[in-house]
This record gives sequence, structure tokens and C-alpha cells, in this order.
Amino acid sequence: MKILQQSIVSLAAKGMRLDGRKLDQIRDIVIEASPIEKAEGSAIVKLGRTKVIAGVKIGVGQPFSDRPGSGVLMTGAEFSPISSPDFEPGPPRDNSIELARVVDRGIRESQAIDLDKLCIEPGEKVWMVFVDINILDNFGNLIDAAALASAVALSRAVFPKYEDGAVIFTEKTKKKLPVACLPIACTSFKVGERLLLDATREEEEAAGARITVTTRDDGNVAAIQKGGEEGITPAEIEHALDMAVEKGKEIRKLVKQA
Amino acid sequence: MKRSDGRKPEELRPLEITAGVLENATGSARVRMGRTIAVAGVFGPREMFPRRLQDFNRATVQCRYSMAPFSTDERARPGPSRRSKEISLVVRKALEPLIFLDEFPKAAIDIYIDIIQADAGTRTAAINAASVALADAGVPMRGLVSAVAAGKIDGKYVVDLAGKEEDASDCDLPVAYIPSQGKISLLQMDGNLAKEDVKALIKIATTACEDIEKKQRDALRKRWIK
Amino acid sequence: MSEDKLLKNTRDFVAPGDKLVESMEFLPGKNCFREGNGVFAKRLGLVSVQGRVLSVIPLNGVYMPNRDDMVIGEVTDVQSNGWVIDIQCPYQAYLPLSGVRGYIDSNKTDISKIYGVGDVIYGKIKMVNSMMSVHISMFDRICRKFSGGRVIRVNPAKVPRIIGKSGSMIDMIKSRTGCYVVVGQNGTIWLEGDKESFVIDVIRYIEENSASEGLTNKIEEILKRGVVHEKK
Repeated sequence: MKILQQSIVSLAAKGMRLDGRKLDQIRDIVIEASPIEKAEGSAIVKLGRTKVIAGVKIGVGQPFSDRPGSGVLMTGAEFSPISSPDFEPGPPRDNSIELARVVDRGIRESQAIDLDKLCIEPGEKVWMVFVDINILDNFGNLIDAAALASAVALSRAVFPKYEDGAVIFTEKTKKKLPVACLPIACTSFKVGERLLLDATREEEEAAGARITVTTRDDGNVAAIQKGGEEGITPAEIEHALDMAVEKGKEIRKLVKQA
Repeated sequence: MKRSDGRKPEELRPLEITAGVLENATGSARVRMGRTIAVAGVFGPREMFPRRLQDFNRATVQCRYSMAPFSTDERARPGPSRRSKEISLVVRKALEPLIFLDEFPKAAIDIYIDIIQADAGTRTAAINAASVALADAGVPMRGLVSAVAAGKIDGKYVVDLAGKEEDASDCDLPVAYIPSQGKISLLQMDGNLAKEDVKALIKIATTACEDIEKKQRDALRKRWIK
Repeated sequence: MSEDKLLKNTRDFVAPGDKLVESMEFLPGKNCFREGNGVFAKRLGLVSVQGRVLSVIPLNGVYMPNRDDMVIGEVTDVQSNGWVIDIQCPYQAYLPLSGVRGYIDSNKTDISKIYGVGDVIYGKIKMVNSMMSVHISMFDRICRKFSGGRVIRVNPAKVPRIIGKSGSMIDMIKSRTGCYVVVGQNGTIWLEGDKESFVIDVIRYIEENSASEGLTNKIEEILKRGVVHEKK
């Protein structure tokens, strides 16, 4: 709605938001770890009213020919039509593919998973890790919610039983998937001339650009994705980086308590 | 006779029903039958697109049943399959006779069901969840529909087969039943049974559906009356 | 006719298929239907018994347009002879040029200057036919285009509670907060004023607690206090 977007922009200029939050304030996070017993790892994350579920399945397959000694990581996302009133049926659209790609790069580039440790028999058999994201309720900022759910699901994942060259999916082992760090994504949305974090759907519509920064445990940056039509200034990027590192710390604390 | 999970033959798996679990949907519900978890969301009645598919006399019910890739023992391929399309159809057919469709000419009622964990009986869990979600959405209906599968293991009639039991059973017979109307809106059967067996299985399934319906009503009350 | 035949009484919660009575002496009213000798609930809601008529006051549901309803909608398209309005219901509404006051020559006027896409208007439903064509008019003096302010959407079934008996609830909110509030029967609400956010919290509170008794007193307390939830 145009009327709402106008108030979002004018409020942001004054450092305010429709729901009373500060510009750099994120909504309450609720994490439910391992709700899906059949998945090797899983998590439901509620970010305000946004709700996503991530599941990790681990299997055995052939490695890629260019990296015969490495395991395989695949990340997929589905915007279930259940998640939003304006869903259009059809094949995955650009935004669900972008979401999966941004989450995937965050996990990959942060070296959260050492794929070389997932080799069983070079060139023949390696562990395949599938992260699948299902959006249940979209109230904005899906990338951050999905990245968090994926990180928690991976950090809780265990290997299934593997015997005589075959996986027994019905039996899980106690051996945890080696996860070296928690990649946390933090997206800044540019509304008017201001940046705000953890946008609602209405704020996303009012935003001209966004920038997602994924950080590692040590505060280094693992991945960046700029989206939206408007340009952003180097100063804004600096601000986004600062906020992402700060929020990354806050969120990691929360995850440890979950 | 005790079943592999210690249940009595006519005993349901632990059943949990919660209404109003999603906020974008007009109505929603989550149903957990044993380890099977279905989440249903209903949108509408709302404008039907594409417009050329509008029915000028009544609302069109559209249903999508989908299994999350992580819901199964071995990862399921995302996207629609022949199986999920058939289940979408039978679930829709089980729900359609309930709804006063002629009150909403040209409109669409969209029912989306995500199976987030699958351990047998996903179509019956889907129907149970969708039925509560429709009522939760305030859609005018003749009653609630409840569903459960029946089977025959070692000569005994049993209801609500769990994943491990499906192979041991001589058959799989899912039933959807509208207790307030005394009508069956879905019946499928795979297996090898005598006519008498079929009759007996329908009997225990409909009896179990009456228990499920009570829990569906409780869930709706809990959601709306504080 | 004896009341004791009733299986459900006024304010009882019912879901579709719940039997209210097994008797031909009672008639199915709103959101009820007859089957055999029984009267059953069609929708989720609270029972209302008025003489021999049994009805259900719904707790949830989408808005269905009725003649003379005042609604708030968003302009989604400008056509040569009028505007398409989204009124949050299964059917698009149409505001024809003839529904706007004053003479407009559509050959000489850019009518998107009157109402453009994205504008939010307050109009009256003039006609709903059996094919669910919905026409809106802006003839009434209270009809207007909003500029500024905020728009929220509530469960249309809760609109009567938000308005209150002959406007008592909404008048109380307006006078105590100094906010302008316009409630569309379609569940879309426009408001403007210094205490917008507080008013929205109050409206959400009514929406959540519409089925509880003593709501008016509770809202009075909240308005006096100035916050919906007391800080712990």
C-alpha cells in the first residue's frame, strides 16, 4: 500500500518505525531446535511473526568430478504457498532461488562445514549434506530467518548409520556433523536515506535496496549480497557491515542458549 | 494383541491438533498423528485467478499437498510428483462436499498442506488438518471431516497404521468420515481382503474418526475461546 | 416451545456441524442450516438465540460485500470509465465515473488525477448483483480519499465489536486518544493522530479478546492507563 510506504519512509527519516522498533532493532527470535526427528538436523526459527523451518538430510553419493575428495553441500528453498497471501503457483521464482543461494554461500564461504572431512572413498563415495528451507509464514526478512534456521539445523545435525556401503536412514548415530562456525546473515534495508534491520513485509516493499552480510564466529565477513534497484553508498555499506558484526554476536549468544 | 508400538488394535497414535498456527493464512492447523506432522493453511474465499477458470455458480476449491524434502527417511525430491498430485486431488474431494460452495460464486478457496514429517498416514493427517483449517478460517461447512487409515495385521483389524506397520498390514484403507452427517467422503484401499474385512475395517475407521472429530472441535474451541 | 430442547445456548461456542437443536420449532438463521429435524451450525462462532431463530455470530471469516456497507479500499487500476478497487474480499469492486460527485467528461479529464493507483478511499457499496459485481459510490458526504495516516487490516468478523453498539466503542477510542479513526465494514481501518500506535494496540486487543465479557470496561481501563499491557 502506497499510504503505508509513505509513512514508513517518513518515520525512518526520523529514526522511527511503524511497530515502534529502533532502526537497528531486530524482532524477538524464538528457536526450536530439532523438531523433525526424521531429519538428521532441523530447526524452526520465528523472527517476530516470520516463521521458517530448515531440515538437514545427510546421505551418501558420488562427489563432483572436479573435487573427488570433497563432500557435497546443497541448499534449496521453497516458498510454500502457505506462507503468504500473494503467492503465485508455478516453478520456483527468482527470489526463492536467490534466498537459497545466499544461504548456501554463507554456509560454504564461512567454512562452517569442512567438506574435505566428508569424504568416504575419494572419487567414489562422499557424504552429501542437503539443507532444505521451507517458509511457513512470511512477515519479512526471510533471508536472515532462513540462514539462522539453516545454521541451527546444521549445528545440531548428526550422521545417519552407514554400514556395508549403505546408509540406514532410520538409525541415527551420535556422531555430529563437523560444524566449525555459525554463519549469521544480517540484512540491512535502505528506506529513504536510512538503513534499518529485520524489515517487515511492508518495510521491504518500501525499501529501495538491501544488503545482506553473513559473518563468521570470529567476526569476519563470509558473504555479501546486494539486492534491490537503488544504489547504496560506501558509507552505507560500512554501516551495514558494522551492524552485521554486532547483531551476529547477539544472535550467536541466543543460539547457544536454545 | 499388542502392536509393535504397544498400542491396542483400535487405538490411535498420540494425536495432537492445534488450530491457528499460521498468521498469513485465513485459517490454519497443525496435526500430529504419531510422528506424522501436517500443517494446513486455508486462504479465502478469495478472488480466483486465472479468471477464465472461475465457476459462475460456486467457489472453486484448490488443494496442494506437498512433502518437505526433509520429512522422510531418505530425502524426498522437492516439487510435485504423481503421488503428491493424486493426494492433492483425493484430499480436495474429501473436503469439497463439506463446504457451502454456492455462497461464493466465482471465488477460490485455496487449501495448502505441507507435510513436515512423514511416517505413514500423511493423507489422513492432511485431511484432519485441512478440515480444522477450513473451520478456523470461518468457511461455512456442513460439519468437520476426520480421517484415519485402517489395516489388518496378523488377522486383527487395526487403525492408524504407523510407518513400521504399513508393510506388515494386508492392506491400507484410508477413510475420511463426516461424523455429524454419517457420510464417508474418501475411501481408498490397496491390498487383498475379503468383503467382510472391508466392512469391518470401515466400521473401526469411522469409530476412530468420531474420536478424532472431538479433538478437532476441542482444538478450535481452544483457539477461539480464552 | 420449550427452551430446554436447545442443545446449545446463547454465547456457546460452536464449530461447523454442531447440532443446536433437534426440533422443527426452531428456525435456522444466519450461519445455520437445517438437516432433517435438526438445526446445525455452519460456521465457527457463538450461538445467538432470538425467539425461535437460531444463528451463529462468526468469529472469523472473509468480508462479503453487502449493499450500503461503508468500506475502505485501495485503487488498483484506473480504467477509462472508472476505478478498480480492492476491498479485501473475494470480488473486485468497481467505482464508475457516475459514482463520483460532479460532472466529469472522461474525454477531457485524466481521471487518474482524481483517484490514482495506490490511493485509499472510503466509499459506500451501491450494488452487489448475483454475479457478484460490486459497485461503489462516493456520493455520501462522509466518503473521501485518505492522505497520510495509517491503514491496518483486522478480522472482518470482529468489526462489530470494534465499532461497538451504535458506535460506542470506537467513539470512546477516538475521544480519549484524539485520533481520527475510520472503520470500514470490510475490516480495513484508517487512522491518523499522535497516538496511532496506541490505537492500533487497542484495536488489536479488541480483536484478540472480542469473545470475552466485560470488554468495554477493560478498554476503558486501557485508555485511561495509556498502554495496553501493564509493564511487569
